[in-house]
Amino acid sequence: MSFTALLQAIVDGVLTGGVYALMAAGLTLIFGVMDIINIAQGVMVILGAYLSYELSVHVGIGLLPGLLITVPLMFGVGVAIEFCFMRRLRDQDRTQMSILVTYAVAIVIEGILTAIFGVDYQQLQASYVNSSVHLLGFYLPDIYLIGFVLAIALLAGLYYMLYRTKFGRAVRSSLQNRTAADLIGIDVNRVRTLSVGIGVAVTAVGGMVFGATNSFNPNTGYDLISRLLAIVILGGMGSIGGAMAAAVFILVINDVVAVAWSPTWAPLVYFVALVIVLSFRPQGLFGRAAVRAQ
Amino acid sequence: MTGAVTQTGDVAGAPAAAPRKRALTLGVMLIIAAVFIAFPVVVTDPATTSIAFFALVFMVAASAWNIFSGYSGYLALGHAVFFGTGGYAVAVAARDWHVAGGWPVFALCLFGGLVAGLVAIPVGLVALRTRRHTFVVVTIAIFFIFQLAAYNLGFTGGTSGILLPLPPFSAANFNQPFYYVALVILVLTVLVSWLIRRSRFGLQLLAIRDDEDRALGLGVKTRRLKLTAFVISAIPVGLVGGLYFDFVGQIYPQFAFDPLFDLSIALMAFLGGLGTIVGPLLGALVLESLQQYLTQTFSSDATYLIAYGVLFLAVILVLPRGVVPGVTEWLERRRAKAALSAAHERDAAVPTGGVAGAAQ
Repeated sequence: MSFTALLQAIVDGVLTGGVYALMAAGLTLIFGVMDIINIAQGVMVILGAYLSYELSVHVGIGLLPGLLITVPLMFGVGVAIEFCFMRRLRDQDRTQMSILVTYAVAIVIEGILTAIFGVDYQQLQASYVNSSVHLLGFYLPDIYLIGFVLAIALLAGLYYMLYRTKFGRAVRSSLQNRTAADLIGIDVNRVRTLSVGIGVAVTAVGGMVFGATNSFNPNTGYDLISRLLAIVILGGMGSIGGAMAAAVFILVINDVVAVAWSPTWAPLVYFVALVIVLSFRPQGLFGRAAVRAQ
Repeated sequence: MTGAVTQTGDVAGAPAAAPRKRALTLGVMLIIAAVFIAFPVVVTDPATTSIAFFALVFMVAASAWNIFSGYSGYLALGHAVFFGTGGYAVAVAARDWHVAGGWPVFALCLFGGLVAGLVAIPVGLVALRTRRHTFVVVTIAIFFIFQLAAYNLGFTGGTSGILLPLPPFSAANFNQPFYYVALVILVLTVLVSWLIRRSRFGLQLLAIRDDEDRALGLGVKTRRLKLTAFVISAIPVGLVGGLYFDFVGQIYPQFAFDPLFDLSIALMAFLGGLGTIVGPLLGALVLESLQQYLTQTFSSDATYLIAYGVLFLAVILVLPRGVVPGVTEWLERRRAKAALSAAHERDAAVPTGGVAGAAQ
């Protein structure tokens, strides 16, 4: 393995890590506000990819402008799921039950996608999917760059929203203490619904980039959610910064292992890293020490 | 029903009714046992008996899963690890040791159970360092490690998998031996589940479910206990894993380590009633039979997935505690209400006399 190949792997890891960070940020936002682990996040990314696919192949709207349609659509999906299922869970053992409920939602979405699109693998096509730029001796595929820039922009937007706006303050306060937030006049239910909507809406972008860089079928969601969960747990559940750091960290290692050893074993890195970290820090790298107070 | 009766018996503690109740329970159990034993003799249609076999396999798996997850409250979503390792242990051993199909392979299932139990020790040691939702996610992560290993290791045969030796049974009676072996495993599993539920060990597990820190404070050796229960619950899953893939005739990674398996047994236990003895059995019997019937009838993955997911959602949202606890509670409430209104009527009858009767 040459030094350039290693550097290239690290750059690739950082670029793809940005997109994973975005998808994981949605997952961790939902957990932070709702105490709900959205197992359906993976299949929702695939749903987002299929929406982009439909728009680009059958309607003729390109991948990037298509986001203007798919992002609000996925936001709606998130709001609907929160309204129909998540808010009906009782407060005790809420997190565990949420895993089952969202798993079931994932199965239903997978079934619907299978019914419509079958199990053949697809990949999104556009002029910028297969081209790349040559920069400082690295070959950077355009789609990686686009995905990275989009992800960074959206994460910055998410950060701004959470820490600089009134709505963000409401989100953070209901994240810290639901009852107190209720008492000072925050409509916690509305905050929760919108947060889930935002957490799911990012999968539209994630799905577009994932679908352009990987081939996918309705079943791919399981592979993806296991990676996203590993990232989120590694970063510490509920910590958006942690999810970002963990995503970049784990994808860099993944790409380096793929180059240095073998691509088939690279995904093992996720889970080995997860198991090792949790053995020493059960709360994750950036998680709070105590288990969340309910 | 043993669980339900023991529970209500403990709670109500009516000593006079106990012997009659016990005789009734025994009678019902004998009838159920007779039905299960006679089933493949009476119904010989292979399509139906294979459904019955699959139902038995999942009854074992759900019941075994319940020993750990139901009693301790730790939701494990990675028991397909043990199903798959049990299956692979049997398949690899049969291939490498040139074991003949049929009864010799059945004997190998014991080996499958043993391997699953051994695998459960390191898995449990790692996963049980965490609690609650982190535990759930860690079990899912470990599950994917095993799936990946099955795809990529040399001895598993990779994507194409391994063929198991064909049993020398005649086509007409092919399912019967599998059915009875599964039935024996089921009886043993339920017996273990029942014994644990009645024992100090079981009570300690329930204490962990209710409040782990307090249980620890009271001197329950929680770590050792959880690990023991985890390993015990893995062994029957490995046993039926071996039997299942012997019946199917081949094993490959996607099938051996199937995320739907993890979810199915959890759903079965939830549907029937988590932490009860009968609940998971009932849930598995109903759901697996239904699922097999649906796949045989529709043969469409998509329809099946949608129906399954919707059913799952309905169960969790309508009966969050499962059928057995739900129905038990409902019966108790009705009984209490009846007793209350009877008492009211008696009170009312004293001053007003015949008026209350006339009003009815």
